[in-house]
Amino acid sequence: MGMRKVAIVGAGITKFVRRAQETGPELAYQASKMALDSCGLKLKDIEMITLGTAPDAFDGVHMKGEYLLGGAGGNKKPYIRNFVGGGTGVFAPIHGWMHVASGMCDLCMVVCEEKMSSCHPHPQGAFLTIFDHTTEQPIKPTLIWIFALEMKRYMETYGLKPEDVARVAVKNKKNALDHPSAQVAEELTVEDIVNSEVLADPVHRLDISPASDGAAAVILASEHVAKRLTDKPVWIEGVGWNLDTAYWATKDLYYPRYVEKAARMAYDMAGIKEPHKEIQVAEPYDPFDYKELHHMEGLLLCERGEAARLTAEGYTARDGNLPICPSGGALGVGNPIAATGLMKVIEIFLQLRGEAGKRQVPGNPRVGLAQAWGDLMQVGTVIVLKR
Amino acid sequence: MKIDKVPVKGLSSKEYEKALKISWDPVLKYNWDNGKAIGRYLHELKKGRIIARVCDKCNRIMIPPRMFCEYCFRPTDRWQYVKDTGKVNTFAVSRVYWNAQRIPQGEPPIIPAVIEIDGASEGMGLLHLLGNVEPEDIKIGMKVRAVWKPENERTGSITDILYFEPVREKNPPKAKPAAKRR
Repeated sequence: MGMRKVAIVGAGITKFVRRAQETGPELAYQASKMALDSCGLKLKDIEMITLGTAPDAFDGVHMKGEYLLGGAGGNKKPYIRNFVGGGTGVFAPIHGWMHVASGMCDLCMVVCEEKMSSCHPHPQGAFLTIFDHTTEQPIKPTLIWIFALEMKRYMETYGLKPEDVARVAVKNKKNALDHPSAQVAEELTVEDIVNSEVLADPVHRLDISPASDGAAAVILASEHVAKRLTDKPVWIEGVGWNLDTAYWATKDLYYPRYVEKAARMAYDMAGIKEPHKEIQVAEPYDPFDYKELHHMEGLLLCERGEAARLTAEGYTARDGNLPICPSGGALGVGNPIAATGLMKVIEIFLQLRGEAGKRQVPGNPRVGLAQAWGDLMQVGTVIVLKR
Repeated sequence: MKIDKVPVKGLSSKEYEKALKISWDPVLKYNWDNGKAIGRYLHELKKGRIIARVCDKCNRIMIPPRMFCEYCFRPTDRWQYVKDTGKVNTFAVSRVYWNAQRIPQGEPPIIPAVIEIDGASEGMGLLHLLGNVEPEDIKIGMKVRAVWKPENERTGSITDILYFEPVREKNPPKAKPAAKRR
Protein backbone atom coordinates (compact mmCIF):
# COMPACT_ATOMS: atom_id res chain seq x y z
CA MET A 1 0.00 0.00 0.00
CA GLY A 2 3.01 2.27 -0.13
CA MET A 3 3.03 2.87 3.60
CA ARG A 4 6.08 2.85 5.82
CA LYS A 5 6.57 0.48 8.75
CA VAL A 6 5.86 2.05 12.14
CA ALA A 7 7.07 0.83 15.55
CA ILE A 8 6.27 1.64 19.13
CA VAL A 9 9.59 2.38 20.83
CA GLY A 10 8.64 3.87 24.19
CA ALA A 11 5.79 4.19 26.65
CA GLY A 12 4.74 6.05 29.78
CA ILE A 13 1.75 5.88 32.09
CA THR A 14 0.53 7.44 35.34
CA LYS A 15 -1.27 5.81 38.18
CA PHE A 16 -5.03 5.68 37.55
CA VAL A 17 -6.85 7.26 40.52
CA ARG A 18 -10.28 8.46 41.60
CA ARG A 19 -9.32 12.11 42.30
CA ALA A 20 -5.93 13.10 40.99
CA GLN A 21 -4.15 15.89 42.81
CA GLU A 22 -2.60 16.73 39.43
CA THR A 23 -4.33 18.85 36.79
CA GLY A 24 -5.08 17.49 33.31
CA PRO A 25 -1.95 19.05 31.74
CA GLU A 26 0.14 17.71 34.64
CA LEU A 27 -1.22 14.20 34.08
CA ALA A 28 -0.41 14.46 30.37
CA TYR A 29 3.09 15.76 31.17
CA GLN A 30 3.86 12.89 33.56
CA ALA A 31 2.96 10.23 31.00
CA SER A 32 4.66 12.03 28.11
CA LYS A 33 7.87 12.62 30.04
CA MET A 34 8.03 8.98 31.08
CA ALA A 35 7.50 7.86 27.48
CA LEU A 36 10.30 10.11 26.21
CA ASP A 37 12.68 8.98 28.97
CA SER A 38 11.88 5.33 28.29
CA CYS A 39 13.57 5.52 24.88
CA GLY A 40 16.15 8.20 25.59
CA LEU A 41 14.48 10.97 23.61
CA LYS A 42 13.96 14.67 24.31
CA LEU A 43 10.87 16.63 23.37
CA LYS A 44 12.85 18.40 20.63
CA ASP A 45 13.30 15.02 18.88
CA ILE A 46 9.54 14.64 18.49
CA GLU A 47 8.26 16.06 15.22
CA MET A 48 4.51 15.66 15.59
CA ILE A 49 2.04 14.94 18.37
CA THR A 50 -1.46 13.53 18.46
CA LEU A 51 -3.61 13.76 21.56
CA GLY A 52 -6.59 11.60 22.48
CA THR A 53 -9.09 12.65 25.11
CA ALA A 54 -12.79 11.88 25.55
CA PRO A 55 -15.72 14.31 26.05
CA ASP A 56 -14.87 17.86 27.14
CA ALA A 57 -17.73 17.58 29.62
CA PHE A 58 -15.67 15.45 32.05
CA ASP A 59 -12.98 18.05 32.62
CA GLY A 60 -15.49 20.85 32.11
CA VAL A 61 -12.93 22.46 29.78
CA HIS A 62 -13.99 23.34 26.29
CA MET A 63 -11.32 22.71 23.63
CA LYS A 64 -9.56 20.19 25.83
CA GLY A 65 -6.99 19.49 23.13
CA GLU A 66 -5.77 23.07 23.35
CA TYR A 67 -5.92 23.03 27.17
CA LEU A 68 -3.69 19.94 27.30
CA LEU A 69 -1.29 21.18 24.61
CA GLY A 70 1.59 22.13 26.90
CA GLY A 71 1.38 18.99 29.01
CA ALA A 72 1.42 16.84 25.88
CA GLY A 73 4.55 18.62 24.62
CA GLY A 74 2.70 20.19 21.72
CA ASN A 75 3.71 23.88 21.91
CA LYS A 76 4.74 25.13 18.45
CA LYS A 77 4.49 21.69 16.89
CA PRO A 78 2.12 20.04 14.42
CA TYR A 79 -0.35 18.86 17.07
CA ILE A 80 -3.92 17.65 16.75
CA ARG A 81 -6.56 16.12 18.97
CA ASN A 82 -8.47 13.06 17.82
CA PHE A 83 -11.71 11.82 19.31
CA VAL A 84 -14.04 8.85 18.87
CA GLY A 85 -15.56 8.61 22.35
CA GLY A 86 -14.48 5.51 24.27
CA GLY A 87 -12.70 4.28 21.15
CA THR A 88 -10.26 7.19 21.36
CA GLY A 89 -7.49 5.44 23.31
CA VAL A 90 -6.82 2.94 20.53
CA PHE A 91 -7.64 5.38 17.74
CA ALA A 92 -4.96 7.80 19.03
CA PRO A 93 -2.03 5.45 18.20
CA ILE A 94 -3.75 4.64 14.87
CA HIS A 95 -3.79 8.37 14.21
CA GLY A 96 -0.12 8.59 15.19
CA TRP A 97 0.59 5.65 12.88
CA MET A 98 -0.93 7.68 10.00
CA HIS A 99 1.53 10.49 10.73
CA VAL A 100 4.56 8.18 10.48
CA ALA A 101 3.35 5.61 7.92
CA SER A 102 2.55 8.41 5.49
CA GLY A 103 6.11 9.70 5.65
CA MET A 104 5.08 13.01 7.23
CA CYS A 105 7.46 12.42 10.14
CA ASP A 106 9.81 9.86 11.71
CA LEU A 107 8.91 10.42 15.37
CA CYS A 108 5.41 11.04 16.66
CA MET A 109 4.27 11.10 20.28
CA VAL A 110 0.77 9.87 21.13
CA VAL A 111 -0.70 11.16 24.41
CA CYS A 112 -4.03 10.24 26.01
CA GLU A 113 -5.48 11.96 29.08
CA GLU A 114 -8.71 11.91 31.03
CA LYS A 115 -9.71 13.64 34.24
CA MET A 116 -13.22 12.54 35.08
CA SER A 117 -13.25 13.55 38.75
CA SER A 118 -13.89 17.23 37.97
CA CYS A 119 -17.50 16.46 37.07
CA HIS A 120 -20.07 16.42 39.89
CA PRO A 121 -22.05 14.80 41.38
CA HIS A 122 -20.87 12.02 39.05
CA PRO A 123 -19.27 11.99 35.59
CA GLN A 124 -22.14 9.73 34.44
CA GLY A 125 -24.23 12.92 34.33
CA ALA A 126 -22.04 14.25 31.53
CA PHE A 127 -23.20 11.39 29.33
CA LEU A 128 -26.78 12.67 29.12
CA THR A 129 -25.90 14.94 26.23
CA ILE A 130 -24.50 12.15 24.05
CA PHE A 131 -28.08 10.93 23.54
CA ASP A 132 -30.30 12.45 20.85
CA HIS A 133 -31.50 15.75 22.26
CA THR A 134 -35.07 15.43 21.01
CA THR A 135 -35.97 11.77 20.89
CA GLU A 136 -33.95 10.40 23.83
CA GLN A 137 -32.78 13.05 26.31
CA PRO A 138 -36.33 13.82 27.54
CA ILE A 139 -36.47 10.22 28.83
CA LYS A 140 -33.42 11.06 31.01
CA PRO A 141 -31.28 8.09 30.04
CA THR A 142 -27.86 7.20 31.40
CA LEU A 143 -25.12 5.17 29.77
CA ILE A 144 -25.59 2.58 32.52
CA TRP A 145 -29.07 1.96 31.08
CA ILE A 146 -27.90 1.27 27.58
CA PHE A 147 -25.12 -0.97 28.84
CA ALA A 148 -27.74 -2.82 30.86
CA LEU A 149 -29.98 -3.08 27.78
CA GLU A 150 -27.13 -4.45 25.68
CA MET A 151 -25.96 -6.81 28.43
CA LYS A 152 -29.50 -8.14 28.86
CA ARG A 153 -29.87 -8.72 25.12
CA TYR A 154 -26.49 -10.46 24.95
CA MET A 155 -27.17 -12.68 27.98
CA GLU A 156 -30.66 -13.56 26.74
CA THR A 157 -29.37 -14.49 23.26
CA TYR A 158 -26.91 -17.03 24.64
CA GLY A 159 -28.70 -18.03 27.86
CA LEU A 160 -25.95 -16.64 30.10
CA LYS A 161 -26.31 -16.19 33.86
CA PRO A 162 -24.90 -13.26 35.85
CA GLU A 163 -22.21 -15.62 37.21
CA ASP A 164 -21.00 -16.39 33.66
CA VAL A 165 -20.35 -12.71 33.09
CA ALA A 166 -19.00 -11.90 36.59
CA ARG A 167 -16.01 -14.22 36.07
CA VAL A 168 -14.53 -11.56 33.78
CA ALA A 169 -14.59 -8.97 36.58
CA VAL A 170 -13.02 -11.47 39.00
CA LYS A 171 -10.21 -12.28 36.54
CA ASN A 172 -9.44 -8.70 35.56
CA LYS A 173 -9.53 -7.21 39.04
CA LYS A 174 -7.15 -9.96 40.16
CA ASN A 175 -4.80 -9.45 37.19
CA ALA A 176 -4.64 -5.77 38.10
CA LEU A 177 -3.02 -6.58 41.46
CA ASP A 178 0.23 -6.80 39.47
CA HIS A 179 -0.22 -3.48 37.64
CA PRO A 180 1.49 -0.44 39.20
CA SER A 181 -1.18 1.92 37.84
CA ALA A 182 -4.14 -0.03 39.20
CA GLN A 183 -7.00 1.78 40.92
CA VAL A 184 -9.42 -1.03 41.83
CA ALA A 185 -7.32 -4.20 41.90
CA GLU A 186 -8.80 -6.71 44.28
CA GLU A 187 -9.21 -10.41 44.84
CA LEU A 188 -12.97 -10.97 44.72
CA THR A 189 -15.31 -13.89 44.16
CA VAL A 190 -18.10 -14.35 41.64
CA GLU A 191 -20.52 -14.00 44.58
CA ASP A 192 -19.02 -10.61 45.49
CA ILE A 193 -19.76 -9.35 41.97
CA VAL A 194 -23.29 -10.72 41.61
CA ASN A 195 -24.24 -9.64 45.13
CA SER A 196 -22.92 -6.08 44.75
CA GLU A 197 -25.41 -3.19 44.52
CA VAL A 198 -27.83 -3.33 41.59
CA LEU A 199 -27.50 -0.19 39.46
CA ALA A 200 -29.63 -1.19 36.48
CA ASP A 201 -30.30 -4.90 36.47
CA PRO A 202 -28.51 -6.91 35.03
CA VAL A 203 -25.69 -4.42 35.76
CA HIS A 204 -24.32 -4.47 39.30
CA ARG A 205 -21.78 -2.02 40.66
CA LEU A 206 -18.84 -4.42 40.41
CA ASP A 207 -19.68 -5.25 36.78
CA ILE A 208 -18.53 -1.71 35.94
CA SER A 209 -15.11 -0.09 35.70
CA PRO A 210 -14.64 2.99 37.91
CA ALA A 211 -14.46 6.66 36.91
CA SER A 212 -10.77 7.56 36.83
CA ASP A 213 -8.13 10.20 36.26
CA GLY A 214 -4.96 9.26 34.41
CA ALA A 215 -2.78 9.55 31.34
CA ALA A 216 -0.65 7.40 29.06
CA ALA A 217 1.72 8.05 26.16
CA VAL A 218 3.68 6.14 23.51
CA ILE A 219 6.40 7.11 21.06
CA LEU A 220 6.05 5.95 17.45
CA ALA A 221 9.01 5.77 15.07
CA SER A 222 9.63 4.97 11.42
CA GLU A 223 11.64 1.81 10.68
CA HIS A 224 15.12 3.29 10.34
CA VAL A 225 14.69 5.48 13.42
CA ALA A 226 13.14 2.69 15.48
CA LYS A 227 16.10 0.41 14.80
CA ARG A 228 18.50 3.09 16.03
CA LEU A 229 16.50 3.62 19.22
CA THR A 230 15.80 0.08 20.38
CA ASP A 231 16.67 -3.57 19.85
CA LYS A 232 13.07 -4.46 20.52
CA PRO A 233 10.75 -2.40 18.35
CA VAL A 234 7.12 -3.53 18.39
CA TRP A 235 5.56 -3.03 14.97
CA ILE A 236 2.10 -1.74 14.25
CA GLU A 237 1.09 -4.35 11.69
CA GLY A 238 -2.62 -3.68 11.39
CA VAL A 239 -5.08 -0.91 12.19
CA GLY A 240 -8.84 -0.77 11.83
CA TRP A 241 -11.74 1.41 12.85
CA ASN A 242 -15.44 1.47 12.10
CA LEU A 243 -18.57 3.32 13.19
CA ASP A 244 -22.17 2.17 13.16
CA THR A 245 -25.38 4.25 13.24
CA ALA A 246 -26.20 6.74 16.00
CA TYR A 247 -29.74 5.28 15.96
CA TRP A 248 -28.39 2.70 18.41
CA ALA A 249 -31.84 1.26 19.24
CA THR A 250 -32.39 0.25 15.62
CA LYS A 251 -29.70 -2.43 15.50
CA ASP A 252 -29.53 -5.73 17.34
CA LEU A 253 -27.30 -5.19 20.34
CA TYR A 254 -26.33 -8.81 20.89
CA TYR A 255 -23.37 -8.63 18.48
CA PRO A 256 -21.02 -5.70 17.70
CA ARG A 257 -20.75 -5.88 13.90
CA TYR A 258 -18.79 -2.65 13.70
CA VAL A 259 -16.10 -4.17 15.97
CA GLU A 260 -15.88 -7.14 13.59
CA LYS A 261 -15.51 -4.77 10.65
CA ALA A 262 -12.74 -2.84 12.40
CA ALA A 263 -11.01 -6.12 13.32
CA ARG A 264 -11.22 -7.48 9.77
CA MET A 265 -9.69 -4.26 8.47
CA ALA A 266 -6.75 -4.65 10.89
CA TYR A 267 -6.38 -8.41 10.27
CA ASP A 268 -6.35 -7.97 6.49
CA MET A 269 -3.60 -5.40 6.80
CA ALA A 270 -1.59 -7.59 9.19
CA GLY A 271 -2.07 -10.71 7.04
CA ILE A 272 -3.95 -12.50 9.83
CA LYS A 273 -6.30 -15.15 8.49
CA GLU A 274 -7.23 -17.09 11.63
CA PRO A 275 -7.28 -14.57 14.46
CA HIS A 276 -8.33 -17.12 17.11
CA LYS A 277 -5.11 -19.02 16.39
CA GLU A 278 -2.75 -16.20 15.44
CA ILE A 279 -3.48 -13.60 18.14
CA GLN A 280 -1.53 -14.72 21.21
CA VAL A 281 -2.50 -12.05 23.74
CA ALA A 282 -5.32 -9.52 23.58
CA GLU A 283 -6.62 -6.48 25.42
CA PRO A 284 -10.23 -5.94 24.32
CA TYR A 285 -12.05 -2.99 25.91
CA ASP A 286 -13.75 -4.03 29.16
CA PRO A 287 -15.56 -1.03 30.69
CA PHE A 288 -18.21 -3.55 31.79
CA ASP A 289 -17.46 -7.25 32.31
CA TYR A 290 -19.83 -8.48 29.58
CA LYS A 291 -18.10 -6.16 27.11
CA GLU A 292 -14.95 -8.30 27.23
CA LEU A 293 -17.02 -11.31 26.13
CA HIS A 294 -18.92 -9.27 23.54
CA HIS A 295 -15.66 -7.96 22.11
CA MET A 296 -13.85 -11.32 22.06
CA GLU A 297 -16.67 -12.48 19.78
CA GLY A 298 -16.68 -9.33 17.65
CA LEU A 299 -12.89 -9.59 17.29
CA LEU A 300 -13.35 -13.18 16.01
CA LEU A 301 -11.18 -14.52 18.84
CA CYS A 302 -13.83 -17.17 19.47
CA GLU A 303 -17.20 -18.34 18.16
CA ARG A 304 -20.26 -16.24 18.95
CA GLY A 305 -21.68 -17.10 22.36
CA GLU A 306 -18.55 -19.03 23.39
CA ALA A 307 -16.61 -16.34 25.25
CA ALA A 308 -18.24 -16.95 28.65
CA ARG A 309 -17.54 -20.69 28.53
CA LEU A 310 -13.91 -20.09 27.53
CA THR A 311 -13.56 -17.66 30.44
CA ALA A 312 -14.97 -20.22 32.88
CA GLU A 313 -12.49 -22.81 31.56
CA GLY A 314 -9.52 -20.52 32.23
CA TYR A 315 -8.75 -20.13 28.51
CA THR A 316 -8.52 -16.34 28.94
CA ALA A 317 -6.50 -16.37 32.17
CA ARG A 318 -2.99 -14.95 32.14
CA ASP A 319 -1.61 -18.49 31.80
CA GLY A 320 -4.44 -19.69 29.53
CA ASN A 321 -4.33 -20.44 25.80
CA LEU A 322 -5.37 -16.91 24.91
CA PRO A 323 -4.69 -14.44 27.74
CA ILE A 324 -7.30 -11.66 27.68
CA CYS A 325 -6.67 -8.41 29.55
CA PRO A 326 -3.54 -9.59 31.41
CA SER A 327 -3.11 -5.93 32.47
CA GLY A 328 -6.24 -6.07 34.59
CA GLY A 329 -8.16 -4.03 32.03
CA ALA A 330 -10.51 -1.15 32.66
CA LEU A 331 -12.22 -3.25 35.35
CA GLY A 332 -9.05 -3.55 37.42
CA VAL A 333 -6.55 -0.88 36.38
CA GLY A 334 -9.29 1.75 36.04
CA ASN A 335 -10.99 3.60 33.23
CA PRO A 336 -9.79 7.13 32.43
CA ILE A 337 -11.46 6.65 29.03
CA ALA A 338 -8.85 7.64 26.41
CA ALA A 339 -5.91 6.72 28.66
CA THR A 340 -7.41 3.24 29.16
CA GLY A 341 -7.24 2.39 25.47
CA LEU A 342 -3.62 3.48 25.32
CA MET A 343 -2.87 1.57 28.55
CA LYS A 344 -4.04 -1.53 26.65
CA VAL A 345 -1.74 -0.78 23.73
CA ILE A 346 1.14 -0.31 26.20
CA GLU A 347 0.31 -3.66 27.82
CA ILE A 348 0.60 -5.47 24.48
CA PHE A 349 3.83 -3.54 23.75
CA LEU A 350 5.32 -4.72 27.06
CA GLN A 351 4.00 -8.28 26.67
CA LEU A 352 5.58 -8.66 23.21
CA ARG A 353 8.89 -7.30 24.51
CA GLY A 354 8.80 -9.73 27.44
CA GLU A 355 8.86 -6.77 29.83
CA ALA A 356 5.50 -7.06 31.56
CA GLY A 357 7.09 -8.26 34.83
CA LYS A 358 4.68 -10.18 37.05
CA ARG A 359 1.99 -9.76 34.40
CA GLN A 360 4.08 -11.44 31.69
CA VAL A 361 2.12 -14.14 29.86
CA PRO A 362 4.03 -17.34 29.09
CA GLY A 363 5.12 -18.51 25.63
CA ASN A 364 7.01 -15.44 24.33
CA PRO A 365 4.05 -14.05 22.38
CA ARG A 366 4.85 -12.45 19.04
CA VAL A 367 1.42 -11.16 18.01
CA GLY A 368 -1.06 -9.20 20.12
CA LEU A 369 -4.10 -6.98 19.79
CA ALA A 370 -5.66 -4.04 21.61
CA GLN A 371 -9.17 -2.74 21.04
CA ALA A 372 -11.34 0.08 22.31
CA TRP A 373 -15.00 0.84 21.88
CA GLY A 374 -17.44 3.61 22.60
CA ASP A 375 -19.71 6.44 21.48
CA LEU A 376 -23.38 5.33 21.49
CA MET A 377 -22.38 1.66 21.09
CA GLN A 378 -21.01 2.75 17.75
CA VAL A 379 -17.28 2.59 17.34
CA GLY A 380 -14.65 -0.13 17.29
CA THR A 381 -10.92 0.68 17.08
CA VAL A 382 -8.38 -2.12 16.69
CA ILE A 383 -4.59 -2.29 16.55
CA VAL A 384 -2.49 -5.40 15.86
CA LEU A 385 1.09 -5.42 17.13
CA LYS A 386 3.93 -7.82 16.27
CA ARG A 387 7.56 -8.12 17.28
CA MET B 1 12.15 -0.97 29.66
CA LYS B 2 10.28 -1.71 32.88
CA ILE B 3 7.28 0.15 34.19
CA ASP B 4 7.15 -0.55 37.90
CA LYS B 5 6.83 2.92 39.47
CA VAL B 6 4.24 5.34 38.19
CA PRO B 7 3.54 8.97 39.17
CA VAL B 8 0.31 10.72 40.25
CA LYS B 9 -1.37 10.92 43.63
CA GLY B 10 -5.04 10.16 44.17
CA LEU B 11 -6.71 12.19 46.91
CA SER B 12 -8.83 10.56 49.58
CA SER B 13 -12.31 12.05 49.89
CA LYS B 14 -11.16 13.84 53.09
CA GLU B 15 -8.12 15.34 51.40
CA TYR B 16 -10.28 16.30 48.46
CA GLU B 17 -12.73 18.15 50.69
CA LYS B 18 -9.91 20.16 52.26
CA ALA B 19 -8.21 21.01 48.96
CA LEU B 20 -8.74 24.48 47.48
CA LYS B 21 -11.08 24.19 44.53
CA ILE B 22 -12.75 26.48 42.05
CA SER B 23 -16.16 25.31 40.98
CA TRP B 24 -18.63 26.40 38.34
CA ASP B 25 -22.26 25.47 37.99
CA PRO B 26 -23.01 26.42 34.40
CA VAL B 27 -26.43 27.79 33.52
CA LEU B 28 -26.75 27.37 29.79
CA LYS B 29 -29.78 26.90 27.67
CA TYR B 30 -29.94 25.27 24.27
CA ASN B 31 -32.86 25.45 21.89
CA TRP B 32 -32.60 22.57 19.48
CA ASP B 33 -34.27 22.77 16.09
CA ASN B 34 -35.92 19.54 15.13
CA GLY B 35 -35.72 19.67 11.38
CA LYS B 36 -38.52 18.50 9.11
CA ALA B 37 -38.59 14.83 9.98
CA ILE B 38 -38.41 15.05 13.77
CA GLY B 39 -40.64 18.13 13.71
CA ARG B 40 -43.44 16.15 12.07
CA TYR B 41 -42.70 13.19 14.40
CA LEU B 42 -43.29 15.44 17.42
CA HIS B 43 -46.49 16.96 15.94
CA GLU B 44 -47.82 13.44 15.37
CA LEU B 45 -46.89 12.37 18.92
CA LYS B 46 -49.02 15.26 20.14
CA LYS B 47 -51.91 13.72 18.22
CA GLY B 48 -51.21 10.31 19.72
CA ARG B 49 -49.66 8.75 16.61
CA ILE B 50 -46.21 7.52 15.61
CA ILE B 51 -45.02 8.36 12.11
CA ALA B 52 -42.15 6.91 10.09
CA ARG B 53 -40.39 7.81 6.83
CA VAL B 54 -39.95 5.30 4.03
CA CYS B 55 -37.04 4.88 1.64
CA ASP B 56 -38.44 3.29 -1.53
CA LYS B 57 -34.99 2.18 -2.63
CA CYS B 58 -34.07 -0.03 0.35
CA ASN B 59 -37.71 -0.32 1.48
CA ARG B 60 -36.91 0.59 5.06
CA ILE B 61 -39.71 2.07 7.17
CA MET B 62 -37.71 4.16 9.58
CA ILE B 63 -38.29 5.52 13.06
CA PRO B 64 -37.27 7.99 14.18
CA PRO B 65 -38.16 9.42 10.75
CA ARG B 66 -35.41 11.03 8.69
CA MET B 67 -35.37 13.07 5.50
CA PHE B 68 -32.46 11.18 3.96
CA CYS B 69 -31.53 7.49 3.90
CA GLU B 70 -28.05 7.04 5.34
CA TYR B 71 -27.40 3.90 3.29
CA CYS B 72 -28.92 4.77 -0.11
CA PHE B 73 -27.74 8.35 0.47
CA ARG B 74 -30.74 9.91 -1.19
CA PRO B 75 -33.88 11.67 0.08
CA THR B 76 -36.45 9.43 1.74
CA ASP B 77 -39.74 9.22 -0.18
CA ARG B 78 -42.83 9.36 1.99
CA TRP B 79 -44.49 9.41 5.38
CA GLN B 80 -46.12 6.35 6.83
CA TYR B 81 -47.96 5.87 10.12
CA VAL B 82 -46.83 2.92 12.21
CA LYS B 83 -48.60 1.41 15.21
CA ASP B 84 -48.20 2.43 18.83
CA THR B 85 -47.61 -1.19 19.78
CA GLY B 86 -44.48 -3.25 19.57
CA LYS B 87 -42.36 -5.85 21.28
CA VAL B 88 -39.66 -5.64 23.90
CA ASN B 89 -36.23 -6.15 22.32
CA THR B 90 -34.40 -5.71 25.63
CA PHE B 91 -34.95 -4.03 28.99
CA ALA B 92 -33.26 -3.17 32.28
CA VAL B 93 -34.45 -2.51 35.82
CA SER B 94 -32.76 0.66 36.96
CA ARG B 95 -32.08 1.85 40.50
CA VAL B 96 -30.26 4.97 39.23
CA TYR B 97 -31.29 8.28 37.68
CA TRP B 98 -29.54 9.83 34.67
CA ASN B 99 -26.73 11.27 36.83
CA ALA B 100 -26.06 7.97 38.64
CA GLN B 101 -27.85 9.23 41.79
CA ARG B 102 -29.71 6.38 43.43
CA ILE B 103 -33.49 6.04 43.34
CA PRO B 104 -34.58 6.11 47.01
CA GLN B 105 -35.39 2.78 48.64
CA GLY B 106 -39.09 2.00 48.50
CA GLU B 107 -39.64 3.90 45.23
CA PRO B 108 -40.24 1.76 42.15
CA PRO B 109 -37.39 1.22 39.70
CA ILE B 110 -37.30 2.89 36.28
CA ILE B 111 -37.55 0.28 33.51
CA PRO B 112 -35.89 1.45 30.28
CA ALA B 113 -36.42 -0.74 27.24
CA VAL B 114 -35.79 -0.91 23.52
CA ILE B 115 -39.18 -1.40 21.87
CA GLU B 116 -39.44 -2.61 18.28
CA ILE B 117 -42.41 -0.74 16.85
CA ASP B 118 -45.03 -2.68 14.85
CA GLY B 119 -45.24 -1.52 11.27
CA ALA B 120 -41.68 -0.21 11.12
CA SER B 121 -38.92 -2.28 9.53
CA GLU B 122 -37.70 -5.21 11.54
CA GLY B 123 -35.40 -4.20 14.35
CA MET B 124 -36.43 -0.51 14.24
CA GLY B 125 -36.63 0.19 17.93
CA LEU B 126 -36.84 3.19 20.16
CA LEU B 127 -35.70 3.84 23.70
CA HIS B 128 -38.61 4.25 26.10
CA LEU B 129 -39.87 3.06 29.47
CA LEU B 130 -42.03 0.16 30.57
CA GLY B 131 -44.75 0.70 33.17
CA ASN B 132 -47.78 -0.94 34.75
CA VAL B 133 -45.83 -4.20 35.03
CA GLU B 134 -43.75 -5.95 37.67
CA PRO B 135 -40.11 -6.31 36.60
CA GLU B 136 -40.19 -10.08 37.09
CA ASP B 137 -43.12 -10.39 34.66
CA ILE B 138 -41.27 -8.76 31.75
CA LYS B 139 -39.99 -11.02 29.01
CA ILE B 140 -37.94 -10.19 25.94
CA GLY B 141 -40.30 -10.48 22.97
CA MET B 142 -43.33 -9.41 25.07
CA LYS B 143 -45.99 -7.40 23.23
CA VAL B 144 -46.49 -3.88 24.56
CA ARG B 145 -48.53 -0.78 23.75
CA ALA B 146 -48.03 2.92 24.33
CA VAL B 147 -49.81 4.59 27.22
CA TRP B 148 -50.35 8.21 26.15
CA LYS B 149 -50.72 11.30 28.27
CA PRO B 150 -54.23 12.80 28.14
CA GLU B 151 -54.52 14.84 24.94
CA ASN B 152 -54.62 18.22 26.69
CA GLU B 153 -51.36 17.48 28.52
CA ARG B 154 -49.33 16.52 25.44
CA THR B 155 -46.60 18.91 24.40
CA GLY B 156 -45.19 17.38 21.23
CA SER B 157 -42.46 15.32 22.90
CA ILE B 158 -41.41 11.70 23.14
CA THR B 159 -42.68 11.96 26.73
CA ASP B 160 -46.25 12.35 25.37
CA ILE B 161 -45.98 8.58 25.63
CA LEU B 162 -45.82 7.96 29.39
CA TYR B 163 -44.55 4.43 29.01
CA PHE B 164 -45.32 1.16 27.25
CA GLU B 165 -47.38 -1.48 29.06
CA PRO B 166 -47.91 -5.17 28.31
CA VAL B 167 -50.78 -6.01 25.95
CA ARG B 168 -52.99 -8.17 28.15
CA GLU B 169 -55.72 -10.29 26.66
CA LYS B 170 -58.46 -9.82 29.25
CA ASN B 171 -59.34 -7.72 32.30
CA PRO B 172 -56.49 -5.23 32.22
CA PRO B 173 -55.66 -4.16 35.80
CA LYS B 174 -55.91 -0.48 36.77
CA ALA B 175 -53.01 1.63 35.55
CA LYS B 176 -50.39 2.53 38.12
CA PRO B 177 -48.44 5.76 37.73
CA ALA B 178 -45.00 5.41 36.10
CA ALA B 179 -41.91 5.87 38.22
CA LYS B 180 -41.25 9.51 39.13
CA ARG B 181 -38.25 11.03 37.50
CA ARG B 182 -36.06 13.96 38.37
